[in-house]
Parts: sequence; structure tokens; C-alpha cells
Amino acid sequence: MKEYAMISEEARSTTEAFGKALTSLADEHKDVVALSADLAGSVKVTLMQKKYPERVFDVGIAEQNMVSMAAGLALGGLVPFAATFSVFLSLRDLDQLHTDICYQDLNVKMLGSHGGTSFSQAGSTHHALEDIAALRGMANLTIICPADYVETQLATKAAYEKYGPIYIRINRGTDYDVYNTESYGFEIGKSVLMNEGNDFTCIACGSMVHEALVAARSLKEKGVDLRVINMHTIKPIDKDAILKAMKETGGIVTAEDHNVIGGLGSAVSEVVAENGGAKKFKRLGVPDEFSIIGARKDILAHYEIDAAGIEKNVLALLNK
Amino acid sequence: MNFGKENYLSPDRDRLIISKGHAGVITAPILADLGIMDEALLPSYNHTGSPFGVHLDKRKVKGLEASTGSLGHGLSIGLGLAMAARLNQKDYTTYVLLGDGECDEGSIWEAAMSAAHFKMTNLITLVDRNNCMIDGRTEDVMALEPFADKWRAFGFEVMEIDGHLFPEIISALEKAKANKTDKPVCIILNTFKGEGVGFMRDNYKWHYGTLNEEQLAEAFADLEAYETARIARAEKEGK
Ligand SMILES: Cc1ncc(C[n+]2csc(CCOP(=O)(O)OP(=O)(O)O)c2C)c(N)n1
Repeated sequence: MKEYAMISEEARSTTEAFGKALTSLADEHKDVVALSADLAGSVKVTLMQKKYPERVFDVGIAEQNMVSMAAGLALGGLVPFAATFSVFLSLRDLDQLHTDICYQDLNVKMLGSHGGTSFSQAGSTHHALEDIAALRGMANLTIICPADYVETQLATKAAYEKYGPIYIRINRGTDYDVYNTESYGFEIGKSVLMNEGNDFTCIACGSMVHEALVAARSLKEKGVDLRVINMHTIKPIDKDAILKAMKETGGIVTAEDHNVIGGLGSAVSEVVAENGGAKKFKRLGVPDEFSIIGARKDILAHYEIDAAGIEKNVLALLNK
Repeated sequence: MNFGKENYLSPDRDRLIISKGHAGVITAPILADLGIMDEALLPSYNHTGSPFGVHLDKRKVKGLEASTGSLGHGLSIGLGLAMAARLNQKDYTTYVLLGDGECDEGSIWEAAMSAAHFKMTNLITLVDRNNCMIDGRTEDVMALEPFADKWRAFGFEVMEIDGHLFPEIISALEKAKANKTDKPVCIILNTFKGEGVGFMRDNYKWHYGTLNEEQLAEAFADLEAYETARIARAEKEGK
């Protein structure tokens, strides 16, 4: 495992990481403003709201108004962070996001929480399995899916530094820490090598990075060295890391909490297909269906995107 | 409502859309009481693989007209069902239950405008006016008042009633069904969130929460007392 990576028992709230990073950005920069749509508490925009009530706008249950208002704030020279559940931000606001923000290349930052199946019991109307698919075809947009608390904070700060529309997708509840330091060199568009290995590669994002590391630990005992890449930026994707994995390892499996169509797996497969193909390739995620409900760990196990599922698939692809 | 175990699949049944889909947890026991949903399923609430979680899925729970949960859709769905009744020459009534916070969504007002424009008198809109949403009280987060006037301005006949009194609800629905104007009806149900449970009542923080054992016992005791008082009052008033 790389010196900055770890498998931790500690899980922390990434919405809190976002709320704290947002508040410190607001401390430093007067142009930072935030919006939410009756979910300010859930996405922890309330941390900034307590300190700077005049710079936070809760528009009520009106996501489209929120996103177009963010466009206006950006046109007025501010740097708005609009935050609500991923499923509503990406799907209900798709048109506003397209025409008001991406087409005009406005400096709007969007934070979608409760990504993937992380709102486990709420039901499929609250799972966000299509957000990345819906947004990936949007020109000018950057898409980031951080792996843990530390990375969510770094991604939030980096989003401020980089001009243009950015969508950050995090989860409900908590995610296991996968970094033991903040200085591992987070950079938008540059993946992070978490574990070296040449037998096979797992390219993961979000919660699946932790799962892939656990799988790698277990596979090592079975004599398989699994390379683990944290592809935190899904767009623009880090082609070099994929090409290297194609060349140096026995194949690639992708792992994401998203429909297998249109997300990380699709993004990686596009690079793979255009560059001669991988020796072996498989996308893990939710097959093309609306997900089951239940405890998050059960859902991840059901769709084989937990450590055991990743391990099982890697072994099968290696014919072991 | 013309709706029950015998006819819940009949094309002539009345339709109810629970647009505030997070009310699934109270909808399911009612469907079970009606004998439509299998009562044995109730304890599986929120369990892995269960057909029934916070937001109900029409494909998995019998007796639902629509899978709801993304707020702001129900009135338009109801509008379509009501229009289908007109085209198919059916005389069922379509009821739509909205949350008040939900009325922040522009789509509600798009549907409202259409309902009046198309003179949908077979569509009855009910709004749970509990003054609460997730981030706070409606008037603090995003003011709705003058709420009844907004519905009137959109072309509705509006009634405002105590949403906790069955006789008032029943008589409002009867009036709505007897409506002779060409305007759609909106019934504003003045309610309290968490009515019947002292520590929850009128407290937006209880939109979503988990009860510990002590709170559970207290909630049950409160509800029993509430029920007893309600029955005593009804008997006294002869209703
Ligand atoms: C489009 C959409 N945005 C946000 C949510 C999250 N959400 C669920 S319930 C709720 C508050 C609902 O308030 P209200 O409509 O007043 O319902 P009630 O208070 O009666 O529960 C919110 C914001 C959602 N379900 N759908």
C-alpha cells in the first residue's frame, strides 16, 4: 500500500467534510456563496450558514430555481456552491445545468450528496445511480467523486481554485478513511495510485476505493497483487493511468456505486477501447436496474461492489 | 373513496396520488388494513431486499397509483389521470395529496395552472398545511403565505379546514365532489406535524428521525390518549 493510503476502521461524514471546507473557503474568500433546497442541514451547508447567514440561500424545495440562481450569482461575479441530493441536482436540474451553467461555462460548483445507493433505505427514488451518466456528456463540466473525508475537503477547495462548472458527488452517512494525510498530492484530473500491483487493476471511485483496498489486502494473501487506482475525477479522466494499467497488469475491473451504464466503468472502457483493448475488462456496479433497498453494506454486497465482490470478480477474471 | 380490496385494480376506482411520497410509512399500514397490501410485509420495513422502504414503489406494493418521492410531480400525474377519466368517459375522482413545502416546486404551479385551464373538476387537490419542511418552518425557509390566495389566483375553489377532524374532511370532500363550478377544488388541511405525539408535535426536526425505546413508549402512550380523547369528543358531538 502507498505510504499515504490506509485501510481504516474509522468512517467519517463526507457531507461534514464538505461543510467544513466550504466554511473555510468562505472565511478566505468573500466571493464564496452557497445555496441549498430545503436540505441545507443534510448537506451541512448550515455550517457556513451559521457563520455567514447573508451568503447562504435556502430556496426551499425548488432545485431548479437553486441552480439557475447559482448561474446568476456566477454571472454577478460570485462563486456559488449549490448543494442538495445528487438525484435531484443531476436529474431534475439537468436542463438548467446544461444551458445556464455548462453551455455558458459559468463558475458554478455543485455538490450532490446521498450519491449512489447511500440513501439505502429511502428507496430507489432517492438513489442516484444515473447522475454521472447524465452529466458526463455535458461539455465544460468537471466531475469528481471523492473517496473519503480528506479527499472531499481537498476536492471542495480545489473546485474553488479551478474555474468552471464542477460537480462533486459524495454520500450520505460516512465513508471509511483511505488517506492518512492531506498531502498526497490531490489534483483534479489526476488519479491516485493507492496500492501497487501488476497482476490485475481495480479502478474505483467513491466508497469503492476502500473496498478495493480491502480486496487487495485479501488478494495479496492469495498471491495476487492488485493495483488499486482511485479515479476520483471521472471527467476529465486520467488516461495515462488507464493506459499504464492496460500495459502493465493482467486486466482491469472498475468499481462504482452507479449504474454500470454511463459512469466510471463506461468512462474507463472508452479509453480502453480506443487504445487497443485490455487483456481482461469488467465493470462492477449496479446492473441496468433500479437498485434494491436495505442496509448499505448489504446493497454493496448484493451488487458485488464490496471488497468480497471485487475480490471474487478479480479471481474469476484471472481464472483462479 | 371508491377504492378497496375488491376494486383496487378496477379501471373505475377512485385514484389517490400521495405526492409527498415520504408519507409511505403511513400509507403502507392503511393499504394493509384495507387488505390490499400483505400485512406480513409490514415488519420488513427498510430491511434489505424489502419491497417497502421510506418511499413506496408502485411495482412492489399493491394498491399504489404511482411511485412518488421526488417532490412536485404528483399534481401533474393526477392531472393526467383526471384527463384520462374525461377521455375514457369514466366518472372516477382523482385525489392528490401535496405537502406544503412541496408547493415550493414550480412544477406544482405549472400543474395548477393546467388544472384550472382544462377545468379539471374531477381532480381534488389536498395540501397538508403543517407549516413544516426539513430545514425549518415554511414561512422561515420560503414563505408560502398568502397560500390560499395563491390557489385562488390560479383558478381554484379553495376550502380551508382542520385537517385532523374527520367530519370536516368528509364534509369538505363531499362539497368538493358536489362542486358545480368549472373550477378545480383545493382543500387546505391545516395540520400539525407529529399531531398526537407531544414531543413531536409541530416540530420540524421530527421530519425524519429514529425513536429510542423510551421515546417509543412515550409516543405510544401519547397516541393512545389522543385516540381516547378523539373518540370521547366525537361521541359527545354525536359524530
Ligand atoms: C424534489 C425533491 N427535493 C427534495 C426532497 C427531499 N425532501 C423530502 S421530504 C422534504 C420536505 C417536505 O416538506 P413538505 O412537502 O412540507 O412535507 P411534510 O412537511 O408534510 O412532510 C424534502 C425537502 C425530495 N424528496 N424531492
